[in-house]
Formats: sequence, structure tokens, C-alpha cells
Amino acid sequence: MAELTQTRVAQPTPSRLRFKWSTLFDHMVLIAGSLLMLMPLVYAFVTASYDPVTIHREGLALTFGDQLGTNFDKAMFEKGGFTKTVDGMVMLKNSFILGIGFAVGKIVISMMAAYAIVYFRLRFATFAFWIIFTTLLLPLEVRILPSYEAIQRLGLANTYTGLIVPLIASATGTFFFRQFFRAVPEELVEAARIDGAGPVKFFIDILVPLSRTMIAAIFIIMFVFGWNQYLWPTLITTDESLFTLVRGIKQIVLTYSDAAIPEHGQALALAIVAMVPPVLIVIFFQSWFVKGLTESDK
Amino acid sequence: MKRAGFTNPWLPILLLVPQLSIIAVFFYWPAAWAIQSSFYLQDPFGFGSTYVGAENYTDIAESTEYRKVAWFTVYFTAIVTFLSLSIALLLAVKADNVLRGAKTYRTLLMWVYAIAPPVAGFLGIMFFDQSHGPLTRFFGFFGWDFKLGVDYFDTATAMIIVAVWKQIPVNFIFFLSGLQSIPRAVREAALIDNGSGFRRFWDVTFPLLAPTAFFLLIINITYAMFDTFGIIDTMMKGEPGANPMTLVYKVYIDGFRGNDLGGSSAQSVILMVLVLVLTIFQFRLIERRIHYT
Repeated sequence: MAELTQTRVAQPTPSRLRFKWSTLFDHMVLIAGSLLMLMPLVYAFVTASYDPVTIHREGLALTFGDQLGTNFDKAMFEKGGFTKTVDGMVMLKNSFILGIGFAVGKIVISMMAAYAIVYFRLRFATFAFWIIFTTLLLPLEVRILPSYEAIQRLGLANTYTGLIVPLIASATGTFFFRQFFRAVPEELVEAARIDGAGPVKFFIDILVPLSRTMIAAIFIIMFVFGWNQYLWPTLITTDESLFTLVRGIKQIVLTYSDAAIPEHGQALALAIVAMVPPVLIVIFFQSWFVKGLTESDK
Repeated sequence: MKRAGFTNPWLPILLLVPQLSIIAVFFYWPAAWAIQSSFYLQDPFGFGSTYVGAENYTDIAESTEYRKVAWFTVYFTAIVTFLSLSIALLLAVKADNVLRGAKTYRTLLMWVYAIAPPVAGFLGIMFFDQSHGPLTRFFGFFGWDFKLGVDYFDTATAMIIVAVWKQIPVNFIFFLSGLQSIPRAVREAALIDNGSGFRRFWDVTFPLLAPTAFFLLIINITYAMFDTFGIIDTMMKGEPGANPMTLVYKVYIDGFRGNDLGGSSAQSVILMVLVLVLTIFQFRLIERRIHYT
């Protein structure tokens, strides 16, 4: 698939200098689309700069107020806004633990499995392949109740292990690395064997460095996926010290529908903190991210 | 498998153990447990369970509530898929056309991918706020008294709008990358043959995009059915009674709120079969897609 950044040669128009209405129309559609995507965040950010009473009275705003710092400060460092015992910083930390833990765990485990399937003569390779790839068929949401039961019986509720590991039980990463390893030239492994490199050395010194870009792309996709998990953290963490930001949204919404004048400003500030890290990563590592997404097909 | 594979007897097993054990404990065990308990009726107080055969399934088949939720899921999925695919396709075609600012537009149109569904749902609540949400006012302007979380139809509309907004970026990324992989020679030939941009799109570009579109169709159906959980959960504001929900949400509500383990498991199994069919369909399409490109 072609790179998205590929430059396009100008189409042969009768005169390059002539103003074209259709080009103007194209830009108008694109600007409208961009605004459609952008406006909710702009509204949220600007409104987060007001005190709750003003927001309650006036609603979302488009000109800045003077409470932005206060709201973010309260949301991040004050306990008991929406949760009883933790502040925004703890949730931010937990979100990073979930995002990075999930991405790293998934990459390590699936690279190992894919390496075993592609590079070894194994009697039960096909069997292992099918055992692993059946998991692609059922998203966690479908088997949510029994997965919850399993975690309860293992005593893993309210632990990071219970939060992260079940999410790894799907073969998306393995499938992707398998595809990638299969495309690696056969000569490499032959040359490595002639030079006397064993399977461990070949994996660490040749295959892993070779997959660097792929690992980065997968890391970004998996990090965003892990960070944005909602249903599983909601079920498995009832202890507030394990709440992630996205899990905390539920708390915000609950407080929101109860209180007479809910803390709009702080709620919006927390929602913005929950959005910013994955959004920045996607924007900064755009080309890797797009490549990973469109080439892994899942 | 490579021709020149290694022949170490224990290393591959060691490499596969982590993945296989996680899958066994957190995939096969729960899945088997769901199938088993779908044939049992659990005592609500936790005193064991009795075998009831297919009763949980017949209950579901006869339940009018389940039918209502199933129909909502069908409508919701169809509308969200159609709207997010067509808006994304329009934007991708335009972004592929323009020479100036193409990269900026691409960034502006894709960043929403990174926003979590419940966060999107929360923004939705703010926008559809009863007294001063900008969109409530907008609809009020046309005489539509929008009541999120109270009126079934209004809540459904709001959920659809948020779900579409959240899904446009993924479709946009895939469509744009599909458009850019169409060889220039083909485009130029089409340009010579046909002056009308509209006809050129439907006769040449669209058929070449069809594999991407088919693939995205499945992705979007899966999204609307499963990944919208966060949107639905936040936007109904904790009141499942009068509000629309999807099948996955019902599995959650019945299992965790209603404590109906057998019924919830049976619903899970039904969904598993549904996803199985979808995925088999998807794999066949991916095969076709490879032949195409």
C-alpha cells in the first residue's frame, strides 16, 4: 500500500493558473470536516476555563474564562472531586501503566509466539496456530461475564495483572508479526545459520532490529487501544487507587447526573487529560501509526 | 513456516507457552464456561444451579425486550456504518484531490481516532445538555425538543451522532490510503476517457476502492456492535430502563445488574455465533482483497 505522504503531481488542467471552483469546493468540504472533528474539543477546552456556576448557567462557551488553571489544578491534584480517595495524577499514572503495560506485554508475547510459529519445525505448529487465531473471532466484550468470573476465581480483581493480562488474550499482535516475519527474506536465516548463530541470537540480533518500525507502529496502536479501554477496567477495578482516566469518566458521569451544580469545569479538565496523551502520540507518530493500521488490517 | 527453520526441540514450546497459557486461562476457559452456564439456571442467591437445557435460549427467543434490543442494534449498526463510511469517503476523496494542505487536513481528520468512546460519549452529554447544549439548541431551533436520556428516540439519535463522529477517522485513513494506492496510470487514463469527475469516480475509482470498502464494512459493523459500549454506557446516564441499548450492553446489564447469569451467558453465546459468522465472512473478503491488489 502506498505511503499516504506520497506527493501528487498536478493534474493536467488546461491552465494551471486558472481559478477552479471545484478546488474551492474541495477545500470547503475539508474545512467543514475538520471543524466537525475539532469543534467538540475546542468547546470542551474553552469551557474548562470557567467556574461550575457559570458553566451551569451559560453552557459551553467559545471565549476563554479565567478558571482554566484552577480547574486543571483541582482535577489533577485534589482528592474527592469525582472519586473519594484518588486525584487525577493517580488516574493518569494508572492510564500509562495500562497503556504501556498492555502494549509491551502484547508485543513481547506475540513476537515470541510468531517467531516460534514461523521459524521452527514444529509438529503441532498448525494446531498452535489455530488455537491462537481462534481468539481473533471473539472480542472481550462478548465473553465479558465469564472472563470476569475467571478473574474473580483467580483472585486477580483489583490488580494490575487482572487489568492487563486478559486484554492480551487476543491474537491481533501475533497475527501481525506472523505476516511480517513471513515476508522477511529466507536468505537471512540461512546466512545466520551458516555463520553459526543459534535461534536466540538470530531473534535478538537480527529479527528484532529488523522489525523496529513494525514494533513502533504496533506499539502506538496498542497503547491507544490499552489507554482507551473502558468496559474491562470498569468491571475489574472497584478499588479507586487502580482507576484509569477513562474508567474515571464513568464516575464523572455518575456524579454529573446527581449533583445540583456539577463540577463541569473539573469534569471537562479530566476528560481533556484523558484525551491528550493518545491524541498527541497519534499525531506525532502519524506515518508509523497509519502504516501499522492499514497494513495490519485489524 | 520457513524452509530453513530451526530444529530446536524445546525452544519453540518455551516461546509459545506465555501466549498459549494466557489464551487458555482468559479465552478458552471463559468461553467454555459461558457455553456451559447458558444451559443452567443460576440461583440468584448463589446456592448452586440447575440444569434447564435450552430454556435460557427459548426465553430469549420469546422475549419481546430482547427483540426490541436486537432491532435497535440492527438499526444502530446500519445507520452508523452507512453514515460514517459515506462521510469518510467524501472527505477522503476531497483530501486526495487537493494539492495544498493535504497533510494538514489528514491530521485534522484523523486525530479523533485516539479518543476513547466513553470520553466521546461524555462530550456528547455536554453537547446535548438539556438546558444549554449547543446541539440541543440547534435542534430546538427547528422545533425539536431534544431530551437526551429521557426520550428513547432522542437518545438513540444522539448516540448515533457521537458514534459516527468517533468512527469517521478510521474509515478516512483506510479510504485515503486505498485511494492513494490506485496507480497514477489508471487515473490518467480515466481522465483522458472521461471529463466528468462524478462519472470518473463511480466508474473507475469506486470499483477500485470496493475491496477497501467491503473490508471497512465488516470493521464498522463490529465497531457499532461492540466498541460503542462506552458511548452507550455514558450517554444513557445510568438509566437503562427507558433508553436504547445494543445487544452487548444487554449482556452486561443482565449479567452484572440483573444477576441473570444463565440468560446473560446464553446471550453471550448467541453473540459469539454472530461474530463467528461475521469473521468468517471477513476472512473470505481479506482473501479476495489480496487477489485484487
